[in-house]
Formats: sequence, C-alpha cells, structure tokens
Amino acid sequence: MRGITFDIAHMLAGSLVLVSFMQLYQDRLYALLNTFALHALVLAASVAWQAFVQGAPHLYLTALIALVFKAIIIPIALHRIIVRLGIHREIETVVGIGPTMLLGIGLVALAMVVMLRVTVEADPLAREDLAFALSVVLIGLLMMVTRRNAVSQVIGFMSLENGLVLAATGAKGMPLVVEISVAFSVLIAFIVIGIFLFRIRERFDTVDVQVIDRFRGEAR
Amino acid sequence: MVVIRDFALQGMQMLIVLLLSPLLTGFVRKVKARLLRRQGPPLLQPYRDLIRLMRKDVVLAESASWLFRVIPYIIFAGTWVAAALVPTFGSGLLFSWSADLIAIIALLGSARFFQALAGLDVGTSFGGIGSSREVMIASLAEPAMLMIMFTLALIAGSTQLSTMATYMGSGVEGLRVSLGLALLALIIVALAENARIPVDNPATHLELTMVHEAMVLEYSGRHLALIDLSSELKLLLYVSVIGCLFMPWGISGAEANPPTIALGLAAYVGKLAVGGFLLALFETAIAKMRVFRVPAFLGAALMLGLLATLLLFVSRSL
Amino acid sequence: MVVFALYGVAVLLVLAPIAVALGASPHGTSIVYGTSLIVTLILCTIALVCLFEQPLNASITLPLGLPWLGAHFRIDALAAFFLTVVNLGGASASLFALGYGRHEHSPQRVLPFYPVYLAGMNLVILADDAFSFLVSWEFMSLTSWALVIAHHRVSENVRAGYVYLLMASFGTLMLLLAFGLLAGTDGNYAFEAIRLSHPSAVLTALVLVLTILGAGSKAGVVPLHAWLPLAHPAAPSHVSALMSGVMTKVAVYGTVRILFDLLGPPAWWWSMLVLAIGGITAVMGVLYALMQHDLKRLLAYHTVENIGIIYIGVGLALAFKAYGMPVAAALALTAGLFHVFNHSIFKSLLFFGAGAVLNATGERDMEHLGGLIHRMPQVAFVFLVGCVAISALPPLNGFASEWLTFQAILLSPQLPSWGLKFLVPAVGALLALSAALAAACFVKAFGVSFLGRPRTPAAAQAQETDSNSLAAMYILAALCLVAGILPGVFIDALAPVSKAMIGISMPHQSDLEWLTIVPIAESRSSYNGLLVFVFVTLSGSSAAFAIHRLASDKLRRGPAWDCGYPDPSPVTQYTASSFAQPIRRVYGTTIFRAREIGEIPPPGATAPARLTVQLHDLIWDTAYAPIGGFVAFTANKLNVLQFLTVRRYLTLVFTALVLLLLVLAIWS
Repeated sequence: MRGITFDIAHMLAGSLVLVSFMQLYQDRLYALLNTFALHALVLAASVAWQAFVQGAPHLYLTALIALVFKAIIIPIALHRIIVRLGIHREIETVVGIGPTMLLGIGLVALAMVVMLRVTVEADPLAREDLAFALSVVLIGLLMMVTRRNAVSQVIGFMSLENGLVLAATGAKGMPLVVEISVAFSVLIAFIVIGIFLFRIRERFDTVDVQVIDRFRGEAR
Repeated sequence: MVVIRDFALQGMQMLIVLLLSPLLTGFVRKVKARLLRRQGPPLLQPYRDLIRLMRKDVVLAESASWLFRVIPYIIFAGTWVAAALVPTFGSGLLFSWSADLIAIIALLGSARFFQALAGLDVGTSFGGIGSSREVMIASLAEPAMLMIMFTLALIAGSTQLSTMATYMGSGVEGLRVSLGLALLALIIVALAENARIPVDNPATHLELTMVHEAMVLEYSGRHLALIDLSSELKLLLYVSVIGCLFMPWGISGAEANPPTIALGLAAYVGKLAVGGFLLALFETAIAKMRVFRVPAFLGAALMLGLLATLLLFVSRSL
Repeated sequence: MVVFALYGVAVLLVLAPIAVALGASPHGTSIVYGTSLIVTLILCTIALVCLFEQPLNASITLPLGLPWLGAHFRIDALAAFFLTVVNLGGASASLFALGYGRHEHSPQRVLPFYPVYLAGMNLVILADDAFSFLVSWEFMSLTSWALVIAHHRVSENVRAGYVYLLMASFGTLMLLLAFGLLAGTDGNYAFEAIRLSHPSAVLTALVLVLTILGAGSKAGVVPLHAWLPLAHPAAPSHVSALMSGVMTKVAVYGTVRILFDLLGPPAWWWSMLVLAIGGITAVMGVLYALMQHDLKRLLAYHTVENIGIIYIGVGLALAFKAYGMPVAAALALTAGLFHVFNHSIFKSLLFFGAGAVLNATGERDMEHLGGLIHRMPQVAFVFLVGCVAISALPPLNGFASEWLTFQAILLSPQLPSWGLKFLVPAVGALLALSAALAAACFVKAFGVSFLGRPRTPAAAQAQETDSNSLAAMYILAALCLVAGILPGVFIDALAPVSKAMIGISMPHQSDLEWLTIVPIAESRSSYNGLLVFVFVTLSGSSAAFAIHRLASDKLRRGPAWDCGYPDPSPVTQYTASSFAQPIRRVYGTTIFRAREIGEIPPPGATAPARLTVQLHDLIWDTAYAPIGGFVAFTANKLNVLQFLTVRRYLTLVFTALVLLLLVLAIWS
C-alpha cells in the first residue's frame, strides 16, 4: 500500500544508492571520508525509520551503532591515519571517473534485473528496496576493484557492509546479536587493516597498491 | 471572452518573465554580496545596466559578419519564446500546446548554437575558447536535460509542461526516488546551463576561467544588452521550471480568475526569491571546478537522469 | 505507372553512351545533367502520384534476366516513398552539377557513369524479385565505384575505391546469401513468393543477421562503416551528396523491405539487435565526425550518425510490431522514414556547400579555410540553414523527425521484454547524446570554415559559386524549412507506407488546427512548427524594431577587442582541432586513445613548437587490420601453389577427384 511512510523508506534506500554514486565520483580522500560519513548517516536514518515503521525497537540500537561507529568514529580515525601516514590525498582510479560511474549504472541495472526476477511474489516496494541494497553492495565492490589507494578500498568494503545492513533491516526480523557481532567484526577488521597499513607504510613508505605490486613482482 | 482572457494571460506571462528576470539576477547578486559581508549593488542595478547598454553605440570588429549582428536577436527571440511557454503563475497558457518540454529544450539549444557561432565569428582565440568549452558542456548538459524530461514525461504521462505542472500540483504522486534523482540532476544541469559556479563564473573576466563570458567578449551596446537579458531570462526559465515541477503550489489552473492569478503571482515571486537565495548561498559556499572536472560533474547528472528513467521503466511492471 | 518509371530509367541508361560520345565537349555536361534533371523530376512526380493515389496495375514483369523468372518490377507504397527520396536527391544533384560540373577536369570519367548510377538506384527500389534487386544493387555499387575513382591521380582516392569495392562485394555476398535463404530450396526469387513462404525461426534469424551485414554495410552502420568516410569524400561533390544522402537510403530501403515485408511477423529480439546497432552507430559516427578537419570526411562520418538514428526508429518499430502495439509501431516507423527524407535533403545541401567551397578555394581542409561568409555569402547562408537543420534545432525539419523519435521512445515502457526495458532508455540517452554532439560538430564545421578570418590566401580570394548550384541549394534549404514547419503534411504522406508495413497509420494530421502535429493524443504531446517559427521571428523582429527605434541604432567598426591584445595574424584563431580539443579530451581519450604530444624546444632554440594529435581508429585496428593481415598471411602461405612441379599438380587433381567420388559413395 502506498503511503507516505513507505515513500520515505523508499526514498532513504534510494538516497543510499545516490550517496554510493557520490562516493564513486570523489577524487579527493577527505571528501571521500565525508561522503562515507554521509553514507553511514543515511543508513542510520533508514534503519531508524524501519525501526519506527516495523515497531522493532532493537533496530534503533543498530541505527545508533551505525551512527556512532561508522558516521563518527571511523571517519575521524581514518582521518587521523591519513594525516599520520602522510598518505597521498588524491585517489587514483583504474578507469576514469566517467566510465566508473557508467559501470555503476550497469551494476544497478543488473541488481534490479536479478532482484526482480528472483523475488516474484513479494511486495513491490520491498523488492525495489532489496534491489537498491544489492546495488549498494555491488557499487561498494566496484569501488574496491577500481581504486588504487588502500584507504579508499577500505571505504569501499565498509559501504558494502552498509548495503548488507540495509538489506537485512528491510527484510523484517534481524536479531540484534547478529548485528552486534557484525559490527564488532567490522571494528576488528578495521583495526587489523589499520595495523597492516602502519606496517606497510613503515616497510615501503607508501600504501599505493601499485607500488606494492611491483615489489611482489606483479607490476602492471 | 475566454479567448481574450487567455490571450491576455499569455501576454501577461511574456511581459512578466521579461520584467522579472533582471530583478532575479539583481537579487542573486545582492544576496551573494551580503553573504560576503559587502553592501553589493542595488537590486535594480541590472535594469540600469541594460538601459545604459541599449543607449550606447555598437562597436563592431572589422572581421565580424552580418551573422554576428543578427545573432543577439536570434538568441533573445529563442530564449523569450521558451520562457513564455513555462508555467509561472498559471498553467493554462494559450500556446502551451505548440511547444512541449522537448521543444523548449531545443529552443534553448538553438540559442546556444548561435551563441557558439558568435564566439567563432570574429576570429579571435578567446571566442574559440568560449565556444569550444560551451559545446563540450552542452554535449553533456543537453542529454542530461533530455533524460530528466523522459523521467518527468513518464511520470506525468505527457511532455507538455502545463500538463506536467498540473499533474505534479495535484499531489497524486507521492515522493518517488526517480523524482528525487531528477530534481538533483535538474539542479546540476541548471547550474551548468546558466554558467553558474561551479561550472563557470558569471563575474569573471579571466580567460582561463570563463566560458560564457568568452563567447560574448566582442559584443557591445544594444547587442550586449540583449545577450545579458537573454542570460537573465534563461536563469528565470530554469528557476521557473524547477518551481513549477517540484514546488507546484499556488499555480492557477485552467479556471483563472483574478484571485487565483494574484495568488499564483505571489507564489511565483516567492519561489523566485527562494530559488535565488538558495542559488546565491550555493555559489558562495562552493568553489569553481577545473574545466575538465565539469564533464564528470555533468556526467553525474546524465547518470542520475539515466538511473531515474531506468527505475521508471523497470518499476512499471510492478 | 511502373512502365513510365521504367521508361525513365531506360532514358537514363541510354544517356551513358551519349555521354561517352560527347566526351569532353563543352555541351556534354549540360546535356547529360540537364537530361538527368528532367528525367529524375519526372520519376519523382510518378513516385509522388503512386504514393498518394496507389494505382492498381503497379507491377510489371519483363522478359529479361533469368529465363524462368523474368524481371519483376513494382511500385508499392514503400517503393514510392523511397523513389521520391532518390529522385529528389538525384534532381537536386543534377541541378547542382549543371554549375559544378563545368569545373570538372576529366568529365569523361564522370559523365557516363552518373546517369547510370541514378538508374541503378531507381532499379533497386523498383525491383520486385531478388535477382533484379541484386543485379541492380551491384550495378549501383559498380557505377558509384567508378565515380569514386574518377580522380584517380590522387592516391588516397584509389585506396578509397579499393576498400569500397571490397566492402560492396562483401555486402552483396551477404545479401545474396540472405535472399538465397529466403527463396528456399525451390529457388522462387519473386518477392510475392517469398512473402507467402514461412521459414523457420533459425532461418529468419540468419536472414536478419545477413541483412544487417549486407544492407547495413552499404548504409554505413558501425562496425561496417569503414569504407564510407574514405569513399564519399573521394567522389566529386554532387556524387558524394548522392552517395551519402541517397545511396545510404537505398540501403535502408533494403533493410525495411526485408525486415518488415519479406520476413513476416518479427520476433522480439530482432529489435534489440537493430536498436543496439543504431544507438552505437549514432554516437560513434558523431564522435568520429568531431575528430575530423576535412570538411567532406566530417560530413561522411556524420551520415553514419544519422543512419544510426534511422535504425533506432526502425528498431523501435520492430519492437512495437513484435508485441502487437501497432499505434506505437506506426509512430516509430514514420519517425524513422521522415528522418530518411530529412537527412537526404540536408546532407545533400551540406555536400553541395562543401563542393562549392572546394571549387572556390581548392581546399577541403577546414584549417585552410575561414572567413568565407564575407566572400561567399549566399553559400554561407544556405550552409548555415543545413547546419541548423542537421543539428535538430527548431523550427527546421531535423527537429521534427527527432521529436517524433523521442515520442516513440516515450511509449516504450509498455514493452514487456526485460531486455528492451533496459536497452531503450540507454538508446534514448545515446540518441540525446548524439544530438548534442551533432550540434557541436556543426558549430565547428560552419564556424571554422565560414566564420573568423581567412587562414590561407586561397580562402581570402574565394568567389561565389554559379547560379545553378545556388539554385539547387536554395531549393533544398527551402524544403528544410517547409518540412520543419509543416511536418503534418509529411506524416500524412507517409501514412500509406506505414499502413502497408505495419497495418495501420498514424492519425491524420493535416486537418488539425493551426497545422499542429499530435502523434498520439492531444493530452500527451503536440508540436506546432509553424507557430514556433512565427513566434521566434516575430519576437526577434519586434525586439529589433523596438530597440532600433527607442534606443540607439548607431554602429561603428573598429579592431577586435580580444581582451586588449588583438593579433593581426589569422593563425592565432581557433582551428578545427583546437575547437574539438575539449570534446576530444572528454570522449576521445578512451574511445580513440587520443593523445596530444607537444614538442616545445628550449628557450633560445629556433625550431618551431609542434603539437601532434594522435588518434587511433580502434575499430579499424581490431576488426579490419587483422583480417587484412590474415589474408596477406594466408596468401603468402598459399603462394607455394604457384611453384609446384607438374607431378604435384597432377596429384592435386587426382586427390580432388578421389575425394569427390568418396563423398558421392558415402553420402546417401
């Protein structure tokens, strides 16, 4: 049934896809961090709205975790890391930004085709929300694949995880313990990645994946 | 009687867009100045500029041709006709069925075509810079605008602007993702087409940063006045399009009696004020992009329009 | 009616030996072109009569060709429309050539083939069986090849003719296979018999692919377009106009005839192929055109783009027809065919302009032209009309057909297929992109050639062309305006064609008030070219009048402002390559691997600075060059066969004989 509540949920899911595209568009690292913070903010808003609509109070906690960790703590921490490591602040892309965004559109189309084929019996708006969530996951993967800078790959990974959370909250009934464990695993992965970044930087004076590849003998 | 009233309404529309456009530009400049803690030029300064320019002699370059002299009138005619067909205070325009949104976009495109030719006419490199950059920007802005038009036409079921405005105003559509994407893309295209920051600086005179100003560098006198008036009209047109499609409150419909018209006019002036203020705020808050970052910016608008159309095509089956 | 048309064709064929006999005499040009003009005008009238009246005895069989088949000729609605297009183009080219042909250095290489070329194109459209079709098609190709290599002392023309001959043979081979499959094992080549047969789905798929390869290569779809920008500029300008404006339309006729008429009810995936090819062709064509600085090559590449637009319309019509939406199919087909007419007019106009410029200055390269608007004002004016028309700007005809195509695209969400749901918006975006890029391309073409200051002495001393050429161009420009202001008349003229191909036609446009066109329903969309034209003219002239009366009308000349640094040398103006540089950087870096290499000598050195722009034609490098390399490799390997001993040759003959006997023994 179309009502203003479902329209808002739909709008928030669509905004998440939009912010994913904005992430693809950035070519400066600080701007990318800010966009990621916005991504997490929109996710938190979407999860909070789902909590309100479905009457599931534990989702409020999920929204709070997304807000505190992903919108505030992680961007600030990454900011500090970038300053400390002196990482090169321009994002080198494998293909240009235009072709990357074109690939992004193709991925959204693919996600829509897959979701609309697979879930034939479900409610139309839920199907579109699932398709949006899959698009966010695929665009996060695309970011990891088409960026040479390790920090931007980390951000791609985290926006992929955001898409998974969106999908899980859209389908009603995700237990809180799963969300806590997912959040903690993300935190731990982040710490590990941070440590590795420190080590790599100490060893090679750079975190550019291309340079590291050369050391591995797999130069482009 | 009805025919006379409709004629009068259409004539009123044409006069109002002509008279209000310098005011909008003056308002935007005033707000920008105030935001920068300057006094800024008076609100009515653009009118004074136009009158001053009209009275001056035209100084024509020796290598300029007859086309150079005719082009300001062509640009003005195209922009004015397009602006006269956009619903501002009322959507029952008499001649709205003669040109739909595609034709309005194409009329603005032909104004731009002739503008680019004018840049090349005198045979200086400044004109060449302006024209070549302008056609590059246009090659992305126009398809983005057409994709936005597709989205809106598919939602409203028609390409006529008046029908679209009435449909949007009836509140049948709720919030839709495609509409949000289309609005964002339309704002980006409007910034690019009106030569606003971040695409082009309307106040610059450095050749490295100018696009529009470079094409009109050789114009003077009444020709320059007409071209300035046309750009002001174009800004008004875009703000009116955004207003009538996304803020369609207060537009008087087919039954246009003086109270509804007055309400429509007041609502329209309010929309112009809001639009002008937001534009000035945005221009002050953001820096101009490098020229070769603009294709990525406009490419984003094209992608958003394409995505919005795609979503509509796909969700039709649901 | 058909008999009269055939008489006209016969007159054209007879002109060839007359032209050979007249040879280089001064009246030869006037006689040949004058007679061609009269005959094509008569043929055009016949075609228009057939289109509007549809007489019953519109077919005839002549005792020529294959003995059990004869040669069938017929004029139905589709043929009548394309005959109009062909003969209109032919008439304007003949009128143009009455003036242009006098500057021809070797008329005996051009005059005999020209009327035969016109005859060949007419015969292709008149043909009603596969054999006459193919013979006329080859005829058309061969005569145009002869015209392409008319100026054979220029080496690039010879190469152009070679590539053209190869591609034309390839195209005919594909069409031969297609018709062979259609005729089936009985070998009944008449179109009536083919219409009645019902081949299997696999067979129709094969015929579709072969048709697109065969007719598409003649039309110039990507990736089969490589011969077009080589051959079209090489021919004399009136022949270039015929090749670009008319012969490509004959290829479109072949496509439409086979896909809509002979193959029976379409499957849904046919349209996907045609739409995808159309979209890619449109964008690639205009991007190639933007990179050119040779005026005629730019126009030839631009023909590729317009063929893409026509294919998009045809593809949409196929999609709607396959899903049983006849109203939308009629709209899409009418849009595509209207664009066929419009393109033939404005492309001919533009090629005539390029020919006039070539005659006056001897230059085809835009970077050696400039300022021609002062020296050749009338040619500049009609060329400008052509540029505005081809850029799809209102109120001219290019916009009218493009508007109809967009309306057809807006009807396509109703198509149920998923593939089409994703393909059609993408194709719509490609169409919009190609329209915007076309405007950029023609700002460059007109601005760099005609505006600015002359870059060479040849451009500074150009003279206006003669009145015949000008008359042809003015007539075409007037037609552009008429077709843009009165599109309803043309839509109604196309109604019999869509009725024959689809089953219904678009709603009758001519009796709508104020000459508006309403393709589907008035609540949906409408367009009135006449009113737009009147409004624009009125507001422009009233503004001019008011300002000149109330404000000032004084004017004086002075040097150009140029920000205070006026440069007297015209070399500092923007050239074609510099104008295209932003677009080259945005699109060309990926699609053409465009690289700019600047060599700047150190300060104090006297060598000039050099800027080189490198472009790679990726389609040539990946598709054509490997085939050429493969053929050369195989030929080298097989060269051994030239030097065998007698015994080895006898062994070859013996082995072949034994193999054939084995096959005969085993195959039941």
